[in-house]
Amino acid sequence: MRRYILRRLCLLPLVVLGVTFLLFFLTQRLSPEMRASLYVKDPRQMGALEEVIREYGLRDNVFKQYGRWLVQVAHGDLGYSPSANMPVAQALKKYLPATIQLAVVTMILVVFFGVWFGAASAVHKDRWQDFIARFISVGGFSLPIFVLGLILLMIFYGKLGWFAPGGYSIQTDIIIHSSAFKTYTGFLLIDSLLNGDLRVFCDVFAHLVLPAVTLCIGSFALMVRVMRSSMLEELNKDYVRTARAKGLREYRVIYKHAGKNAIIPVITLAGIQFIRLLGGTVIVETIFDYPGIGRFGVLAAQQLDIAGILGFSLMVAVLFVIGNLFSDILYMAADPRIRLE
Amino acid sequence: MNLRILKRIYKNKTSLCGLLLVAFFGAVALFAPMLAPVQNEHNPYQLPQSSYQITPQPPSADHWFGTTEQQYDLYYGIVWGARLAFKIGITVTALAFLIGLAVGGIAAYFGGKVDETLMRLTDVVFAVPSLVLAMVIAAMLGPDLKNMMIALTAVAWPSYARLVRGDILSVKQRNYVTAARTLGAGGPRIFLRHIVPNSIYPSVVVASLDIGYVVLTAASLSFLGLGAQPGTADWGQLIAMARNWVLGTPSNSLAYWYTVVVPGGAIFLFVLGWNLLGDAFRDILDPRQG
Repeated sequence: MRRYILRRLCLLPLVVLGVTFLLFFLTQRLSPEMRASLYVKDPRQMGALEEVIREYGLRDNVFKQYGRWLVQVAHGDLGYSPSANMPVAQALKKYLPATIQLAVVTMILVVFFGVWFGAASAVHKDRWQDFIARFISVGGFSLPIFVLGLILLMIFYGKLGWFAPGGYSIQTDIIIHSSAFKTYTGFLLIDSLLNGDLRVFCDVFAHLVLPAVTLCIGSFALMVRVMRSSMLEELNKDYVRTARAKGLREYRVIYKHAGKNAIIPVITLAGIQFIRLLGGTVIVETIFDYPGIGRFGVLAAQQLDIAGILGFSLMVAVLFVIGNLFSDILYMAADPRIRLE
Repeated sequence: MNLRILKRIYKNKTSLCGLLLVAFFGAVALFAPMLAPVQNEHNPYQLPQSSYQITPQPPSADHWFGTTEQQYDLYYGIVWGARLAFKIGITVTALAFLIGLAVGGIAAYFGGKVDETLMRLTDVVFAVPSLVLAMVIAAMLGPDLKNMMIALTAVAWPSYARLVRGDILSVKQRNYVTAARTLGAGGPRIFLRHIVPNSIYPSVVVASLDIGYVVLTAASLSFLGLGAQPGTADWGQLIAMARNWVLGTPSNSLAYWYTVVVPGGAIFLFVLGWNLLGDAFRDILDPRQG
């Protein structure tokens, strides 16, 4: 097991290098003028691109240029992003906490409701509860998040006016940028509590509701499905019959005995899904204008902001690879029969 | 074998639903020129525009599903969008499968260093969520339909390469392969005549059932403005245009519901059909069930 983890850790930088090289190679299709923006630190330099091209040798071969880009990244300089109007490193630092916050809230929703619906569906097999849960698990899997997002926006913002898009309201914006508001972690949900400002907390949370509900749909469908089949399997086992035979009350049999065992696959699945959410945030953040790295990446891609695209991909690749490694380890820890090589 | 599969699909209500949905969209795609006569001879996927008025118009006798922004006809968009969905889905899966077959085949056949290198290459593509990678590639190539399909192919082939490689590795050990070798057959002949035909069947099924997923990803890219361009009969692109109208009018906030619901419903039913069919096949191919 230790050898497996070590091997994966060694491969990690290689894989990330591979991804960035692939993308860097693709950028070579673009004109040197466009690529020069990678090296510009100040919007004012944009006027003198020819100098930048000469200074950084943007007409050299790919490998030389890639090497230089790596050195630059190693120094923490990811270039300047015109689409975000700030250096890429700063943009990533600014937007990442919002995305993680969104993913965590989504995952809590997914696990809580997924386990609840899945268990109810198995306990009441072939009754209406089961029918609803199965309908959700099939339908949720096929409903594109951009369709669901727009429909929710139509109803809950357009019709009811409950949840506005964006990351927070203007009033909150003023509060969190005032000198009285101290930034501890960058996560607004936590920072607002540490500052003792419940209004900010509620506002930030209200802006999280729609994106989180939209984002959870696919994972939720899968979670219901896995919990249902896992629960059905446990309920048919001998120990459940024994528990019933010795006269335990039904809810104890279901929740304390079968439920505890049935939840194991759900936990490992949650680890994998958490990382998968990263892909979905790209669309959800765009629909709800939520200030996370997904929206940053989309804006960069739409405006062909190369520095932004490369920085965003690098960030996502690192998160994704580390996350996958963690979920593999989690998977193995939950089920000792699994041997990874 | 195939008759048995069809019989089982027919018996199960949900998988029959899936089959009917896919068949329905297939028929719409096939008969698109009859259902919605072509307006622009040079490019049938170009949506007809009845005027240049911006505000969408509700369903009427002239426009059965209404019109979206700039009077693009939604009915035409749905019908030809079905054809485009099949075109994208089939082209991308076929190309990705062929690349996967070549790469997976080479990796499994040669083994050793070649295998290791090629598999690390698939790792690289797996290192980023496929939607994100496709988005980035499409952006760099320049947003249009063809480049979007290239981007989708680029992110789809590695999973087939792995599948094919695994299947070939297991078939390679079978007795009939050893028998062919003892009879004096050469390497390429064994590979092409004995190993490949016997190992690709499961992967072909998996790949063809991925069409729904490919179309969903394609729609996501078009939605983000990195695929089909405005005016194309593409479902994702139609929904992208609806984004400006979700808030409706001050008096009726749901006034433009059809701009989202019509193309959204089409994508939903299309993907649902493929998913139901996929579930049915997974159950049938699962050896634990009788």
